Formats: sequence, C-alpha cells, structure tokens
Amino acid sequence: MSWVSKTLNSTLGKKLIMALTGIFLILFLVVHLAGNLQLILPDDGKSFNVYAETMASNPLIRIVSILNFGFILLHAVYAAILTRHNKKSRPIGYAVSKASENSSWSSRSMGILGTLILIFLLVHLRGFWYELKFGEVPIVTYDGVSYKDTFAIVSAAYQNIFYVIFYVVSMGVLAFHLAHGFSSAFQTLGINHKKYTPFIKKLGLAFAIIVPALFALIPIIMFIQGS
Amino acid sequence: MNLTLKVWRQKNPSDKGGFKDYTLSGISSDMSFLEMLDVLNEDLSEKGDDPVHFDHDCREGICGMCSLYINGQPHGPTQTTTCQLHMRSFKDGDTITIEPWRASSFPIIKDLVVDRSSFDRIIQSGGYVSVNTGGVPDANEIPIPKIIADEAFDSATCIGCGACVAACKNASAMLFVSAKISQLALLPQGKVEKRGRAEKMVAQMDDEGFGACTNTGACSAECPKGIDLSNIARMNREYFAASLSTEEH
Ligand code: HEM
Ligand code: SF4
Ligand code: FES
Repeated sequence: MSWVSKTLNSTLGKKLIMALTGIFLILFLVVHLAGNLQLILPDDGKSFNVYAETMASNPLIRIVSILNFGFILLHAVYAAILTRHNKKSRPIGYAVSKASENSSWSSRSMGILGTLILIFLLVHLRGFWYELKFGEVPIVTYDGVSYKDTFAIVSAAYQNIFYVIFYVVSMGVLAFHLAHGFSSAFQTLGINHKKYTPFIKKLGLAFAIIVPALFALIPIIMFIQGS
Repeated sequence: MNLTLKVWRQKNPSDKGGFKDYTLSGISSDMSFLEMLDVLNEDLSEKGDDPVHFDHDCREGICGMCSLYINGQPHGPTQTTTCQLHMRSFKDGDTITIEPWRASSFPIIKDLVVDRSSFDRIIQSGGYVSVNTGGVPDANEIPIPKIIADEAFDSATCIGCGACVAACKNASAMLFVSAKISQLALLPQGKVEKRGRAEKMVAQMDDEGFGACTNTGACSAECPKGIDLSNIARMNREYFAASLSTEEH
C-alpha cells in the first residue's frame, strides 16, 4: 500500500477526508447563500437571473460545481464507511446510557442529520438543478439580452407550502449538523489552541444559526410575497 | 442504605450473559463502590453462589484497573475512578445498573471483567523511548518551558483505564492513544522518535478495531484524569505530519 492510501485508510485519514470535504461544503454554503439572497431583491428576479446565467456559463464555476458534487459524494460515502466501522467497534450497546451527560445531541447524531441533508439535497437538485438543465425554462429579456427565467422556477416552487416547510425544516437539520461539524473539522485538522478554539467554537455556532436561518428566510419571504 | 443492583453476569467469553437483580441492605454511605460490591460478594459466597467478578487493584485511583459502567456512565456519576466513587453519590432505595465496558476491542472475560490487553499492544507498538535515557539529569540541564512540562505531565496522568473507550459512542481509543503519544512527543527524550511513534501507535490502534473519532468529547468528559481533547488534535497533527515527512513509504 502506498503511504497516501495507508494514511487515508486509517481512522484518522478517513476523518481528514470528512473534515476537508466538510470545510469545502461550508465555503460553498456561503457562496450559494450570497447568490440566493438576490432572490429577495425587489427587482422581479432580474439580478438573480443575470447572476444565475453568469454562473452557469463561467467555466471556472462549472469546474467548482463538479468538484462540489464530487465532494458531497465523498463526504456521504465516507460518512457511511465511518458509521459502519464505528458500529463494528461497539456492536453491543449499553442497557442504560446517560450520553447527554457527556456530549451534545448534535455531535452524537451526525449520521442521521447528514442523511436528512442528503435527502434534502436530492429533492433540491431534482427541483432546481435538473429542472434548469433538462426541463422547460421560460425566457426573459433584459435590455435586449435574453436570459433563462430561473427566478420563475424558484418562485413557482415556493408557492407550495409543503415545499417551503420541507425547506425550512431541512435548514434546521443543517443548523444542527453545523453546530457540531464546524468546530469539529478544526479539531480533526489538529487545530486546537487555548487562544483560538473558544473563538472557533463561537464562530461555528454563529455560522450554524445565521447561515441556515438566512437560507430558510428566502422561501418564507417568497411564499408570503406570492400569496 | 437499601439498594437494588442490576448486574451483568456472563459465565465466559462465549456465554450470552444477562442482567441479574440483587438487593442489598445496610450499606454505609461512606463505603466506596467497590466495598459495596465486596459486601454483595460476601453474601453470594456465603450462599455458595459465584461472586460477581470485577477488576480492581490499587483502590486509590492511580492504577486504572477498576472499570464498570454504572447507571449509564463509565465509573458512575462522578468524574473519578470507580474505586474513588462513594455510596454517598447514591440515594437510599436506588436501583443501580452495572455493565461491563462495551467495545469489540475489549472482549468480556467474565461478568464485569473485560480484556484490555489491546491497550498494552498499542503501548508495545511505540509508546516508549528506545534508548536508555540514563539517570535523573540535573534540574534545568535540559531547559523545558513550564507550560510544556505541565502539559506533558497532564497527558502522563492517563492511567489506561479505558473509560474513554467505554464512553465513546464509537468505542474509540483516541483519547488514550493521544495522551500516550503526547506525553512523549512534548519532551526532549521522546521527541526524537515522535513521528514513527505516531504512525505505529495509530496503526496498532486501528488493527485492534477501535472506532474513529467524531469529536463528541464524551471521552474527556468521563475521563477520571480529565485528559484534554487537545491531545487528540496533537495526535492528528503528529500523525499527518509523520505521514507527509517520514521517508518510509
Ligand atoms: C452542506 C452540506 C454539509 C456540510 C456543510 C457538512 C459539513 C460537515 C462538517 C464540517 C463535518 C465535521 C467533520 C469533522 O468532524 O472533521 C461533518 C461531519 C459529518 N457529516 Fe457532514 N456536511 C454536509 C452534508 C452531509 C451529508 C449529505 C452527510 C451524509 C450522508 C453528512 C454526514 C456527516 C457525518 C456522518 C459526519 C460525522 C463523521 C464523524 O465524525 O464520524 N454530511 N459534516
Ligand atoms: S484517557 Fe482517561 S479515560 Fe482514557 S484510559 Fe486514560 S485515564 Fe482512562
Ligand atoms: S483500583 Fe486502581 S484506579 Fe481504581
């Protein structure tokens, strides 16, 4: 076995992959959120549509988006491998367990939280990415240039109250995943310092609350605007 | 105090095992938990029953031999060893459930006794300094910053009890292994071999089948010596640095 695969196949190496892909996904969330927030600008979707078109035609963004799919897949596959390995290490559980005395609920529920995020992602991709790529998309024209009316697809989807609820609940799930995941990734990378770790923990908690909350706000606002 | 005990009984490694209920009366709140079990075993022996097997040695919190998962926590409700746990931590009429450490790398030998030799094999794989470091050097002959000395000492207080493994939802041994890697990596005598040591000890830990780390922090919260999670971060650094820098491949 080469030293690279030996390292990445160790329990520490597998976690390194989780942490690196997780941090990439965190950065992706920020960029994605910045784009999405344009949905609620009061310009009938113009800036969002222009932005969506620019993103879709930029070759660099296309590479990043392929990487993003790859990293989500890698993160999910290693989540499954680790969960299986960990279950094998503790095949028989305890009759009485007071785990809440020593650890947070989100830290103990990363597997189930991640699975729920994966389900959300599949629904999300089917509804928007697939629709835009392979479905029928209306066209709008701004200053003589025609654009795909991505905004119309999104605002139509957010008129469905069940979809809005599913979206908001999923962002709650993401919040709990990040509440542990953000700071956990730093620990996995070996970053633990008396000066910085308390700050990283606070930053992680703030990120876990603010980012999913802003994501969830968008469908709520669009639902209210549409009805 | 009057107590009801639900104790895991298992004749041998292949026996299925199960809980058995016992009632005890007249237990003093000043007794240690192990003394309370001694009372139970005296009762059982007098009746001609097989006493409950459990591990113990020093009974003063320094050897790491005592174990037991008590009412859902390793070493019971206080952050100490079971031998230093006292019955005043319980109330009259309580039911106390006592289970063995649960981990595939700690197979049950009998009742509450588990085989922790996997820890010994991890130490044998690299948890030592290979050369004779001689007698005690003169103080300050090798300058070591106070913070580093303190940190190494804190890591060295790990008694190898295995409560970290027992507490962890993944039965991970990271806290133990990282404490053993740290105590040597921090000091001049151990530093020389720190890279190879990290690689060998992590490889042995994985071979023994311990779980990975989800960073829940349960290990440190339950560790009777309060070994800090920063040890695990240091082990991660040492291991990744070793893997990138050592010349073997
Ligand atoms: C936007 C989506 C996601 C983000 C930002 C994210 C982020 C993270 C981060 C930062 C960690 C911490 C890594 C570490 O402890 O070093 C983590 C852990 C984890 N993630 Fe995700 N994740 C996402 C989606 C998913 C999905 C889709 C799954 C599952 C199918 C998943 C399953 C897990 C699991 C099981 C862990 C814990 C692994 C362990 O420590 O044992 N995550 N995630
Ligand atoms: S790290 Fe703590 S809980 Fe784990 S073996 Fe050492 S003393 Fe016991
Ligand atoms: S018997 Fe030695 S630490 Fe408990």
